[in-house]
Amino acid sequence: MTLLEFRDVHVTYTGSRGRVPAVRGVDLKVEAGKVLGVAGESGCGKSTLAMAVLRLLPKSAEVTGEILLDGEDLLTMGWGRLRAVRWTGASIVFQGAMHSLNAVQRIGKQVAEPMLVHDRDLSASDAAKRAEALLERVGLPASRLRSYPHELSGGQRQRVMIAMALACDPDLIIADEATTALDVMVQAQVLQLISGLVKERGVGLVMISHDLSVLSSVCDTAAVMYAGRVVEQGPAHEVFARARHPYSAALGAAFPVIGDPASRRNPGGLAGDPPDPGRLPEGCSFRPRCAVAVERCAESAPELLQVEGARLSACFVAQEGEPVVLG
Amino acid sequence: MSLDKVLTARDLRVEFGLPGGRVARAVDGVDLDVAPGEIVALAGESGCGKTTLARTLLGLERATGGEVAFGGVPLGRSTKALKAYRRQVQLVLQDPSGALNPRHTVYDAVAEGLRIHGITDDEPDRVAEALSRAGLRPPERFFLAYPHELSGGQRQRVVIAGALVLEPSILVADEPVASLDASVRGEILSLLLRLKEDAGLGALVITHDLGLAWSIADRIAIMYLGRIVEQGPVEQVLTAPRHPYTRALVSVLPDSPVAEPIVLAGELPDASRIPGGCRFRPRCQEVASGGALKVLDQCEGVDPAVLGPDAEPHLVACHLDRVLDDPARMAA
Repeated sequence: MTLLEFRDVHVTYTGSRGRVPAVRGVDLKVEAGKVLGVAGESGCGKSTLAMAVLRLLPKSAEVTGEILLDGEDLLTMGWGRLRAVRWTGASIVFQGAMHSLNAVQRIGKQVAEPMLVHDRDLSASDAAKRAEALLERVGLPASRLRSYPHELSGGQRQRVMIAMALACDPDLIIADEATTALDVMVQAQVLQLISGLVKERGVGLVMISHDLSVLSSVCDTAAVMYAGRVVEQGPAHEVFARARHPYSAALGAAFPVIGDPASRRNPGGLAGDPPDPGRLPEGCSFRPRCAVAVERCAESAPELLQVEGARLSACFVAQEGEPVVLG
Repeated sequence: MSLDKVLTARDLRVEFGLPGGRVARAVDGVDLDVAPGEIVALAGESGCGKTTLARTLLGLERATGGEVAFGGVPLGRSTKALKAYRRQVQLVLQDPSGALNPRHTVYDAVAEGLRIHGITDDEPDRVAEALSRAGLRPPERFFLAYPHELSGGQRQRVVIAGALVLEPSILVADEPVASLDASVRGEILSLLLRLKEDAGLGALVITHDLGLAWSIADRIAIMYLGRIVEQGPVEQVLTAPRHPYTRALVSVLPDSPVAEPIVLAGELPDASRIPGGCRFRPRCQEVASGGALKVLDQCEGVDPAVLGPDAEPHLVACHLDRVLDDPARMAA
């Protein structure tokens, strides 16, 4: 069952530098009980896309296209309905838990708050009991409800954020770099927790990260974004292991596989930075950093097309069936 | 081994007093060598003491025990001694945007070290040389640029050029790529590798990222709660880890050489409450599963000895490891 669907979504910011396209036509689907990974670097539009789902973008952002949650378009929804959907239909776990939690409120109150707002009949003591159960579910002792955010470690705070996202039993969870700031072991704990929830409760999960290797281990499908577009999409482990777009290949190579002789004393990567969304190059936006670009790439931007099975790529070279990595 | 131009730490200890009379043992007995021409990775979780260790190696933090030395000469406390030392051992900071003054040009940023050290001859040539060694070519083109005009990778190169301008023997780099975008990381790591290969520079790279160590380091030291628990050549430590902590760290990586992921419960304990006996015991999967039964009284009562810097190629601070005589068992 399709839980969330993006149809030709564009997001354009208007600011002092004029109109800046941050997301330029994205089509994606998330099934219930499945995990979609969205990979890309700073400025590629992945967080903008996440925020667009719950209409959390600033007024200066113009969103077009359709974002369907259970078939209902979130972009045209009335405010009352949208308020009901936030937390109960879909919730977001943001990066940087320190800044997302209220520093002067106890954890218990913050976890219980969305439950009380969305269920008028719920008593404060029942909410506290549910908050306790949620905390235990994410592996924190119930005594932590009495703590303030600064008394918790980074990993514990991130768990609190996940507990909050679960508070109203949403069908969809969006995790925006939810584990990026965590140490590997704590990250593994949080990822295990998240994957468990997807399996147990059949929620749909959108996981946003710059780390393609993390996505490959947790996600069913991965979409790689560059300059506001999806440039490659397919089964997550295949995208990581055998990229069909030169950008995904470089992104994957930035996270070497330990034990792989090819990456030993040979750090992969790309020269240059992602393009300024306000001044995108002509043709394919990846061309200036691309090692396999051909003449056509300067003339027009490639569409995201099927290259084999479930694999999609927006690269002329891959679409011709040629390798996207030199050597 | 000749100690010429080698950065050494011997039984290094750094303690901090906490309110209530408690003492945090951030660095709790570390032996470490970094020689020119080698890259040593120091890896561990946040709070394990790796940044305190780096700061102490640079004389930014005072050791409460043990010794830091360069070329066999102990690090002095006088301003003059520290200045002379820092010509040889230079720091590369984590976040290039924070390390550079937005109102200083690239030239001024790189020349600052020369001015502090009173090196006035050939300043433009030295700056140009440092920039081009850091891969910013032609250097003159960057002289008058401001940090905001550069890409993230270029900014980190400027920071590295600022360290190279004094022609040090050793760089200490604390998470040199953590704040950079994934695709840009490789560019900076390749630069460190090239400086080692072409110019014989030594580097201590502090990181939480084992993949980074695999990409560039020759040796790796794994730190847990103030102590190095395993060290040796990268190939051995990362593909056949022997300490239970290292095995767990490696096991949770994607496509790990350790087959089953071992997710440790809990988090790093507070450095003011280091468990007695083996400090890893409360989280140790071998203790929990009963695998360490025959050495359990040692795990509970005896602190494994501080690992020497180079007595053996691959060293492990684990009681269980010492009784299991077949070192190939983990690889199997």
